[in-house]
Amino acid sequence: MREITYLEAIREAMTQEMERDESVFLIGEDIGTYGGAFQVTHGMYEQFGPERILDTPITELGLTGAATGAALIGMRPIAEIMFMDFTTLASEQLVNQAAKLRFMFGGKASVPMVLRTPAGSGTGAAEHHSQSLENWFVHVPGLKVVMPTTPYDAKGLLLASIRDNNPVVFVEHKLLYKTKGEVPEEDYTIPLGQADVKRSGTDLTIVATSIMVSRSLEAAEELAKEGINVEVVDPRSLRPLDTGTIVESVKKTGKVLIVHEAVKTGGFGGELAGVIAESEAFGYLEAPIVRLAGREIPIPYNRTLEQNAVPQVANIVEKARDIVQLKV
Amino acid sequence: MEQEPKVKPKGKKKGITVGKAEAREMLLQMYEIRAFEEQAEKSYMAGKIHGTMHLSIGQEASAVGSISTIEPTDYILGHHRGHGLCIAKDADLNLMMAEFYGKENGYCRGRGGSMHIADVEGGNLGANGVVGGGLPMAVGVGVGLKMRAKGQVILSFFGDGAASTGAFHESMILAVLFKVPVVFICENNQYAMSFRTSDWTTSENLAGLAEHYGMPAVATDGNDLLAVREAVEEAVEYARSGQGPYLVVNDTYRWRGHSKSDRNRYRTQEEIDEWKSVDPIERFRKVASKKKWLTAKEADEIKDEGYARIEAARIFAEDSPEPTVESIEEGVYAP
Repeated sequence: MREITYLEAIREAMTQEMERDESVFLIGEDIGTYGGAFQVTHGMYEQFGPERILDTPITELGLTGAATGAALIGMRPIAEIMFMDFTTLASEQLVNQAAKLRFMFGGKASVPMVLRTPAGSGTGAAEHHSQSLENWFVHVPGLKVVMPTTPYDAKGLLLASIRDNNPVVFVEHKLLYKTKGEVPEEDYTIPLGQADVKRSGTDLTIVATSIMVSRSLEAAEELAKEGINVEVVDPRSLRPLDTGTIVESVKKTGKVLIVHEAVKTGGFGGELAGVIAESEAFGYLEAPIVRLAGREIPIPYNRTLEQNAVPQVANIVEKARDIVQLKV
Repeated sequence: MEQEPKVKPKGKKKGITVGKAEAREMLLQMYEIRAFEEQAEKSYMAGKIHGTMHLSIGQEASAVGSISTIEPTDYILGHHRGHGLCIAKDADLNLMMAEFYGKENGYCRGRGGSMHIADVEGGNLGANGVVGGGLPMAVGVGVGLKMRAKGQVILSFFGDGAASTGAFHESMILAVLFKVPVVFICENNQYAMSFRTSDWTTSENLAGLAEHYGMPAVATDGNDLLAVREAVEEAVEYARSGQGPYLVVNDTYRWRGHSKSDRNRYRTQEEIDEWKSVDPIERFRKVASKKKWLTAKEADEIKDEGYARIEAARIFAEDSPEPTVESIEEGVYAP
């Protein structure tokens, strides 16, 4: 099968869906001739024109609200927020409006929109362009939150998100944009709320999100050399969450390491730990549930400091080894 | 204090667009609003209402005059003081009152209450609890309506309080940029909760602000039903014909406090009484009588009819079932 990048997979999903469904349109900053800050929408303005690629001035609140309003009357907008940090500016419309309209109106409305946004550190963009705020939105009933790791997942999950009748926050990772993988040319969807076992193993379950899935897979390769057989589970969508796949994996291995880039306190790892602790997997645990996550700091600029702010492959290897050897 | 229209609507007069039937309908709606609000207050005082409320008594001409200009297939999007807007958009009074009472058969199944009454199918995209929250959404509705090209428009209502938010600034810019069929209607009732709007702007200045963003705008005497109607009629025609957004500022006043916590410490009784002397309902009755649309007797009968309908709605609401706890998690996600 052909290989394309994560970024191209996202663009292909949007392009194919816009060709298929007239109600889909894009709205965001510099998504027109500029092609988006990360070039995700490159060429789409030329193909679809200004009527369906709505390039906006700096108006995170306004454009997110515009997507919400358009969705409320049955359009399927895809809003791009250039950096996840700027979703803080869009939150009023996303959290108070888009997420709540259906429930607030007695189940008689729907808001089928997607808000795409790149998160994560590693580009030297410092405190205001590097955050991973996914769990802020996981906390809001009415929203769905999706975090693809591979190009294949990115395309299938984005198509599913656009066709979903609810507001979906689609969290991309900047460092994944150029990673390559096999992606079918035809359109296909991956249901939201279906985890994927990215690697099978018997000694330890690693549940990781976004780029930490890739790092965990690398870590698993190294651990395999030491005879440690790691299973890597990627929830892919955080809300709704496929608890079944996670619980089954932990029951099998008896040990679990949770890895994410976001700050540990209040992060999604706490939710995962809670889900596991409350489940029948609890009785199978042979070691404490361990979280490896971002430090309790903003993302610093300096390269060394930045790398040390979030888990790297070596940290995952070390932590996984400790758990397997019952040193935690 | 007799108010003259501060700014005359621009453009040609379209002649008489109000006849006996329209006058009757508009007076009835204004009485229904007045009666609904008075009933809401009574029910609250009687301990029958769980939450708070924001009453629009004194602002009836703004709601009715504005919404009387659009078609049933057009949309409105309101604000937290939105009972009058719903009624002007032909809401079913029973379902509205049932929602106010938090009942299962209310518009929002008792989930939204006073501040969130909506009827999406009927073109009412809801009242909103966040000041300025409706403005960006209205732009998006406009984007969708423009793409669908069926000649529909949306009236986006907000207050003077919303005009100071960042959402207003962003929405004005996007509306002009995308040339959307949105008529923004600012109901300047002079206070954002307790903050006196004249401390930072006026209705004329708000209209001027919109003009700076690049859209036509006009300030009206918001207690004069016909002045409001004439201004909004022109704005709707402008938006519907694809020329883009328009702002109308209705200068008006709320007789009651901001909500139930208001002790009126920020304004005087004299000021309230002055505004009561320019009651939009009484003013319209005078005009309707002068123009021989309605006799005093007919107007009284219309008043009785309005109050009777609200009384019927009250009984309907009080007899309606409560939502069940078993259904509490329904409606968060669409299938």
